[in-house]
Amino acid sequence: MPESKTVSKNPFRASSRKQKVKDGLGVGVFAIFTYIIMACAVVIIGKITLDGLPVILKSEAPFINTEFFTKKTMTLNQFDTAEGEMVRMDNDDFYAFREKNPDAVINNHKTFSYAGGGIIGPIVGTFMLVIVCMIVSLFVGISAAIYLNEYARKGKTLNAIRLSIMNLAGVPSIVYGLFGAAFFVHSPFFPVFTNTPDWEKALFAMPLWPTDGYLSFQGWGESLLAGGLTLAVMALPVIIAACEESLKAVPKGFREASLALGATKWQCIRTAVLPYAAPGILTASVLGITRVAGETAPIMFTAAVAGKDKLPWEDAQGTGLYWISDMMTQSVQALPYHIYVVTGKLPDDPALKNMQYGSVFVFLLLVISIAMVSVFLRARFRKKLKW
Amino acid sequence: MNDSSVTLDSADAPVVAANEPIISIDDLSFSYDLGKTNTLRNISLDIPAGKVTAFIGPSGCGKSTLLRCLNRMNDLVDTAKVTTGKINILGQDINAPDVEAIELRKHIGMVFQKYNPFPKSIYENVAYGLRVQGINNKSVLDQAVEESLQKSALWSEVKDRLNTSALGLSGGQQQRLCIARTIAVKPQIVLMDEPCSALDPIATARIEELIAELQQDFTIVIVTHNMQQATRVSDRTAFFYLGELIEYDETTNIFGNPKIKQTEDYVSGRFG
Ligand SMILES: Nc1ncnc2c1ncn2[C@@H]1O[C@H](COP(=O)(O)OP(=O)(O)OP(=O)(O)O)[C@@H](O)[C@H]1O
Ligand SMILES: [Mg+2]
Repeated sequence: MPESKTVSKNPFRASSRKQKVKDGLGVGVFAIFTYIIMACAVVIIGKITLDGLPVILKSEAPFINTEFFTKKTMTLNQFDTAEGEMVRMDNDDFYAFREKNPDAVINNHKTFSYAGGGIIGPIVGTFMLVIVCMIVSLFVGISAAIYLNEYARKGKTLNAIRLSIMNLAGVPSIVYGLFGAAFFVHSPFFPVFTNTPDWEKALFAMPLWPTDGYLSFQGWGESLLAGGLTLAVMALPVIIAACEESLKAVPKGFREASLALGATKWQCIRTAVLPYAAPGILTASVLGITRVAGETAPIMFTAAVAGKDKLPWEDAQGTGLYWISDMMTQSVQALPYHIYVVTGKLPDDPALKNMQYGSVFVFLLLVISIAMVSVFLRARFRKKLKW
Repeated sequence: MNDSSVTLDSADAPVVAANEPIISIDDLSFSYDLGKTNTLRNISLDIPAGKVTAFIGPSGCGKSTLLRCLNRMNDLVDTAKVTTGKINILGQDINAPDVEAIELRKHIGMVFQKYNPFPKSIYENVAYGLRVQGINNKSVLDQAVEESLQKSALWSEVKDRLNTSALGLSGGQQQRLCIARTIAVKPQIVLMDEPCSALDPIATARIEELIAELQQDFTIVIVTHNMQQATRVSDRTAFFYLGELIEYDETTNIFGNPKIKQTEDYVSGRFG
């Protein structure tokens, strides 16, 4: 073999320059879009943090503005003092101030509803709505997913059911809101335990001897239950899909081994499928629920009010079952709706900024921490259950 | 139990003397699509009690399908259907309407190709079958776990780590654990679908030894792709081809003196 043949050519050289340039361009475009998205995220979170963080911090110990978390929302007063200094005060502070200094000069007095005080009401409301939503949607969603994935016969009907569930996920949230209002709020089919039935609304009320209360079919009105269930209905498609995914991910071998050992179908599901699907179900469901928890439309006709002086349990009447029933049929404030009220419903003014960004920042923290907890839980579970 | 007869655990169960058929399959045809096409066609064979019977044949010929008919695991497939014929086990037609597949499976254990212990402790894996039968008494479980692990030749290796995860065992150990799990419920028949195909030669040899020992207490039906394995472990061998039973005889005859050309070609490695 002549020597020149083996050394003259590099067999690994690039095939063409043009190809190289094209490749580079492609990668560049992908990278640019990725960075644009990242920049958007940084700007959004940065802006909210910059404007929101100062609201929940303060300069002296304990450095956290606890009042923002513990006070109820109230009217904010803004006025100029005699020296021309602009002052903003929550309603309670303002009245105390007036009482102490009846002669103080107050110029340009303005009031802003819901923009003062703290956000304990919206926080509690959102929490309770999420809890109702979570209990109902997890229970119904997991049951439905188990039925669809483990019991239902495969075929056209099953596909049709799956398709309609998928379609539910695409229904706009305001539609759920309207549905919830018509179904849970206004229709009288949903009963409450009460000592004083609303005879005008009630279809009928069943006296509950020996107490002097009634099981009254009068509908739930705008309430925690109505809002929580509306959110649950909205979360269901996502939860069912997530549960089915998790159930499918459990190896077939576990089911077969279990059944071959003489387990009944339900024993098999309970002991050889659900424990291993649980981490996935929980994480995906919690993420799905966090998404709907941030929605305003489904709760604005079903549960949320702009202002409320009392927390649900402070306002509940009666004892035992009656107390629970009354608490669950209270309307509440909720973070997303509160943000909507102080941003969209009131004429814009710099005085509102603290409440707006403070609430948004807290809301974001809340949602992110729920997501983090679920991711953390999954990681823990995963370590324990590996196959 | 001894090697001359095989009995059910419960007192009222029928007894089948060794070498008498414990499973008898009569003209069985089976379909995965509600009878449109038959995956198994007109299969008749008797499987003797207390023996090891091997199913061999090329891939896709229906060995697993037939095995899964025996403990009605095919019930899991919605469109599965026995089109003709009968399977009698211990004298009972197992597809009769008053037969509960769950009860059937308590008498007929199954070991799968891919070892599949639950991600639980070794102890809980072996106790699983008893627990689903509602047996939760600690001393009963302890005894059953030890006995089963002894029989599956795993006890000495795992007795100090019963509460650690089964997934920490080697592949061969996991498969022996699956065998222990299966025999813990004291079935009479143990079905094995290529139990060694995911194992290395040494682990395979241990399982084969184990099969020889288990033969004393159980009737074993084993599917295998490995001709040497069939000759080593089985008493009788059935050769299947395209859903039909081609030849069924003493293992020595099938491999030494097959009557049918297809069998001869297959066992001598000329096709399949
Ligand atoms: N669940 C099922 N649904 C439909 N068809 C199936 C199913 N399981 C197996 N089959 C088909 O039935 C035929 C026999 O399959 P089977 O698994 O019994 O073969 P096998 O002899 O065990 O093969 P291998 O040696 O590869 O395991 C194959 O054609 C297969 O495609
Ligand atoms: Mg097979």
